[in-house]
Amino acid sequence: MIAILSDIHANREALSACLDHADRAGATRFVFLGDIVGYGADPAWCLRTVMDRIAHGAVAILGNHDQAVFARGTRMNGRAAAAIDWTRAQLSPDAAGFLRTLPLEHVEGDVLFVHSDASAPEEWRYVLGAEEARRSLDASPARVTVCGHVHVPRLFGLTATDKCTAFSPAPGVPVPLPRPRRWLAVMGAVGQPRDGDPAACYGLLDPAAAELRWMRVPYDVEMAAAKIRGAGLPESLADRLFLGR
Amino acid sequence: MPQRRPREGQVIDGFTLGPPLHQGGMASIFEATHPAHDFPVLMKLPHLDGVDAAHIVSFEMEQMILPRLTGPHVPRYVAAGGFDTPHPYLAMERIPGPSLLARLRDLPLSLDEVAAIGAKAALAIAALHRQRVSHLDIKPANILFRPTPDGLRGDAVLVDFGLSHHGQLPDLIEEEFRIPYGTAPYMAPEQAMGQRNEPRSDIFSLGVLLYQLATGILPFGEPQHLRAVRKRLWRDPVPPRKLRPEIPSWLQEVILRCLEVEPGSRYPTATGLAFDLRNPESVRLTPRAERLRRDGWLAVLERRFNRDRAPRTGRPAVTAHAAPIVAVAVDLREGSVALADALRASVGNVLRTMPGARVACLNVLLDGYITGDAQHDDEGRSSRVQRLAELRHWAAPLGLEEGRITFHVLEGSSAAEALLEYAVANGVDHVVMGARANSVLRSVLGSVSGEVAARAPCSVTVVRPREAAP
Repeated sequence: MIAILSDIHANREALSACLDHADRAGATRFVFLGDIVGYGADPAWCLRTVMDRIAHGAVAILGNHDQAVFARGTRMNGRAAAAIDWTRAQLSPDAAGFLRTLPLEHVEGDVLFVHSDASAPEEWRYVLGAEEARRSLDASPARVTVCGHVHVPRLFGLTATDKCTAFSPAPGVPVPLPRPRRWLAVMGAVGQPRDGDPAACYGLLDPAAAELRWMRVPYDVEMAAAKIRGAGLPESLADRLFLGR
Repeated sequence: MPQRRPREGQVIDGFTLGPPLHQGGMASIFEATHPAHDFPVLMKLPHLDGVDAAHIVSFEMEQMILPRLTGPHVPRYVAAGGFDTPHPYLAMERIPGPSLLARLRDLPLSLDEVAAIGAKAALAIAALHRQRVSHLDIKPANILFRPTPDGLRGDAVLVDFGLSHHGQLPDLIEEEFRIPYGTAPYMAPEQAMGQRNEPRSDIFSLGVLLYQLATGILPFGEPQHLRAVRKRLWRDPVPPRKLRPEIPSWLQEVILRCLEVEPGSRYPTATGLAFDLRNPESVRLTPRAERLRRDGWLAVLERRFNRDRAPRTGRPAVTAHAAPIVAVAVDLREGSVALADALRASVGNVLRTMPGARVACLNVLLDGYITGDAQHDDEGRSSRVQRLAELRHWAAPLGLEEGRITFHVLEGSSAAEALLEYAVANGVDHVVMGARANSVLRSVLGSVSGEVAARAPCSVTVVRPREAAP
């Protein structure tokens, strides 16, 4: 069982709740799907935790917020840029150096892990609808693509007659990804959900059964929000955690 | 991909194919054996030579849905091989005996049998709907029955989920095809319009089946084209009583309610339909019940050309508890006034939270001599009639109109068994009952409420009047 954690965004409370949950659920592999930092108040702790898991066999890939820490001139909106400037000051040279080592994608069996649209991972394009999903699927031979970046759970599939279809998964319900069809799964966010449900979201992929679950894990939102305010980060980054927007 | 059709004796994934049971256009069905499974197994193998995409997608749907279904009303899932294997297959429990198709030779059936078959099929549909699945191809060939130990017709079993819709899984059929799939004579009007997320489509199809079993005639014929199927959107069927006058008003009411064009005018749940088929006296009659002719041409034309009349659907495939059945066990013999009052208050609270609920008041007449119950008392009055009167008296303060409340005296050697049997057979959603107050009786006879609470297939509320502090 592979646990997939995307868009942690320096939310320590959400990350530790999801890791606890995944450990209890029997996850043996961990894939961090990018955007470990940005927006939230605990970038150092979250990075240390991810690096620790990597030392035990986990895999992490790069997200646009992770990249923005070391690559100047990344396009970002004001709040996100403010959070990145703040984040940069929090990180040790080691942690910042670690971010530079992250790859843009990772392949495991017939599954491709990537932060955003796989047709041009460094462009950081969102996979919002069937058209973008098709572009991403067309660019890769992998049967299943798993990405994040959008913060809203979604599943796209290519049908027998090559139509691209969309589906909104229900929390915790195993969704089969039958072979030989091709699928693109968009994970929800661990640290900043935007689908109206404030609970943290991560994925559990059972490669043998070809089943994927989008798990929802309640966590201490109050604490995560209080830390964002305490750090002097934009208020709206704290407020949105309560709404999941 | 292999082009050869499967044959008897072939071994696929550890299963040895037995004699073929059915060679259809899209798949072959074989008996099969496997050393790890000691119950009868059948294997469905889709044909891979020259089939159209619809058959493959439908097989994929069934492979997705069947493993997620449980309970006596579906065949047990055994194993599957996907389209990435040389021989895609689906192995499941084989239900012995013929499908309902075999009974079509003897139409029309006795009205008792029609109601009995309908109630069993409705409960099976309800069990499916509770698992968020709409079958969408309810027809005689897809309804089988588990034999009881004495060879009678037991629980209905629904088969073939190739056209079904699961409320929490991607709908491959909807994604792939814009034209509706189903079986023309039984298809609900909204299905003919391409809608696949309406559980009450199954209630319509069962209504067509009940009409057919009761009259020997299909209410909408056997249309060959989709345009002809859509005629049922505006043309109402001949009322069953016109075709067979001995059909009682209540049964016509039930059948025509199932056949309403608007899903919202049908039974909200299959459980409610099963309940009416088992409790004719509780059916609320409307003008539908007495109708003897179809609507006039003016009304038909109005419907035909009124574009706003497309059925309103699009709700998620879950209607559970839209119209729950609440059974309240009223023990009037030993219960105190305080308990009777507490029980009534509790039922009132349940009803306030479930405005569409129907109430079945139950009392058990024990046929043992242990409690000294006689069928007739000294004045020769029937205990049953007396108990019914007592139940009505108890329920009167609830102020429920007729059709929302029914009264039943059950018989059995154990109160718990009788209540549990009723709850299962009628798809009861919630049992409300009193705790036995007398501790001596409880220690001798055991706790009825404890046993019901432990074994009921639904929620059980056990009511005890607040005890005064010692």
